[in-house]
This record gives sequence, structure tokens and C-alpha cells, in this order.
Amino acid sequence: MSVQERVFEIVASQLGVDQDKITMESSFVNDLGADSLDTVELVMELEEEFDIDIPEDAADKIETVGQAIKFIEEAKNS
Amino acid sequence: MSDNSHAALPVDLNGLTAIVTGASQGIGKSIATAMASRGAKVAVVARNAEKLADTVAIIEAAGGVAQAYSCDVTKRESVEAVVDAVMEKWEKLDVLVNNAGVTRDNLLPVMTDDEWDNVIETNLRGMFLFTRAASKQMMRARFGRIINISSVSGLMGNPGQTNYSASKAGMIGFTRSLSRELGKRKVTVNAICPGFIESDMTKALGPAVMDEVKKRIPAQRMGKPEEIADGVLFLASPQAAYITGQVLTIDGGMTG
Repeated sequence: MSVQERVFEIVASQLGVDQDKITMESSFVNDLGADSLDTVELVMELEEEFDIDIPEDAADKIETVGQAIKFIEEAKNS
Repeated sequence: MSDNSHAALPVDLNGLTAIVTGASQGIGKSIATAMASRGAKVAVVARNAEKLADTVAIIEAAGGVAQAYSCDVTKRESVEAVVDAVMEKWEKLDVLVNNAGVTRDNLLPVMTDDEWDNVIETNLRGMFLFTRAASKQMMRARFGRIINISSVSGLMGNPGQTNYSASKAGMIGFTRSLSRELGKRKVTVNAICPGFIESDMTKALGPAVMDEVKKRIPAQRMGKPEEIADGVLFLASPQAAYITGQVLTIDGGMTG
């Protein structure tokens, strides 16, 4: 499974939304209805799934699903 | 039924796993044995694991399941290692009872930095570290019970206990705020405030002081550790799912 597919799956299950409704441009807060604790939880899940560290200041800048995927891919390649 | 008998509270904790800190003696030991007797698997935690042998022996003799962990609750690595070990062993963590606590009484003008820091570190930071580590597991699981053992000293003043009172009142504020963070995830967070309970801590006060204390308690007696454990059993039970952010005071009416 690609990073994108895994992220879509995690976002769908964490936020309780349909995978079909998720796009690269979806905003966690504005489109997918995440509240602040959802965001914290999502970061924890992604850190565990991809075995990476997402520092708080980096997490603050991630607003869309696409940005999250880009961050993860860069972190995995560094 | 007399006040001194103790009938078992009918609570079923089968299938739950729990961590109880400060479980080597007194109230913590009573909480751990009571939870195990209702079917919970209990990780008992204390600074010195050898002192937990008696708690584990009581639980196992009654057919329960317990595992002892030594831990310095003021150290992040030490706390996270316990939570990780429990997750490894039992694959989930349903109940956290933050009971570890110390007193270092002194009058404020002569209280040392150490006396202040030691009490705040163990009672407040210890609770923070354990709860942070446990809350991540509970949020994921969409279930959890966090029960903080505060004290009537967190509700009313006690001379010589500014440090202890501050820590115990702090636990109550923490409880209320966290309940608002985790409510949606079916994790409840509550505090229990024991009054004067028969323990080594209160035995040290001596008979004269105790006679004075009893005059201030409407029930006219000290509480038993089992009576605090019953409060924990209830808050940990499925029946308490709608109770969160609350303070249950068990003190024979002293603060009523």
C-alpha cells in the first residue's frame, strides 16, 4: 500500500469519514471536521504508522491531507 | 449491619486491565486488591517493587491476576516504560488509578524547597506523566477510566500542608480540565477525596490527635481503605460511564 492509501485509510477511520470524501486538498479542520484533539490524535497515529517524528511546529503547518502525505514522504526519505 | 463490616460491592471488572500507582500499602493496596477481586488484571506500581510482593500475594491467593512494576513516578522514562510494558503484556489499558502520593508537612515560613518540590513532583507530576502516557492508549481504544486519588486536603485547608493541599487541589483542577478533553472519546476522568482513613500515614498522628479528628467527623470514626476502594470500583465500572469531571468525597461527612 502506498503512503497515500495508508494515510487516506487512517484519516477515514480516525475522523469517521468516508474514504471517497477525502482528496489531497481536503482540509482536516474545514472539510473533514477535525477538532483540536482529533488533530493531536491523528498526528500520533501517523507517527506510529510511519515510524516518524512530527514535531509540533511542523504539525501546526499541516492543514490538508496532501500536506501530511508530503511531510511523511520527505521524513521517510531523509 | 454495623459500620465495621464490609460487604463486597457488586461490580464486575472482568476483561479490564488497570494500573494502580502507590499500590504497596494503605489505600493503593486496597484499591488494587479490590479491583483484582472483581476480575481486573492489575499492574501494581511502587518505587520499590519488593514492597509490592504482599499486594501481589494477596491478589494471587484470591485467584486474581497482578503484575508488579517498580517505577519512579516523577521520571518520564520510568513511567512510559510501565505503560509500554502493560500494553505489551495485556494489549490494552482500561483503568488508571493515580494514587501514589507523599506528604512532607511543614509550616510554610520554614518549608524547604525540597519539601515543596518533592510533594509537587510526586503527587502532581507523577499524575501528569502517567495520565499522559495512558490517555494516548485510551483515546485510541475509545474507552478509559482515569481515577485520581486526591484528598480532603485539596478541598479544605490543613496547617502544615500547603504543599500537600496545593498538589491535591491541583489534581482536582487537572481532573476537571481533562474530563473536558476526553469526554467525546468515552474516557472518564474523576477524582476521589478521601478523608481520614486508617493507614500508616494517619497512625503516625497518635491517639490524642485522632480523638480531636474524630470530633470533626459526623460519622465519628475513621474511614477504612476498603471504603475508598469501593469508590474506585464504582467509578471504574460500566455503570459510571456518564460520570466524568467529578469529585467524589469519601470522608464521613467531614467536609459536608
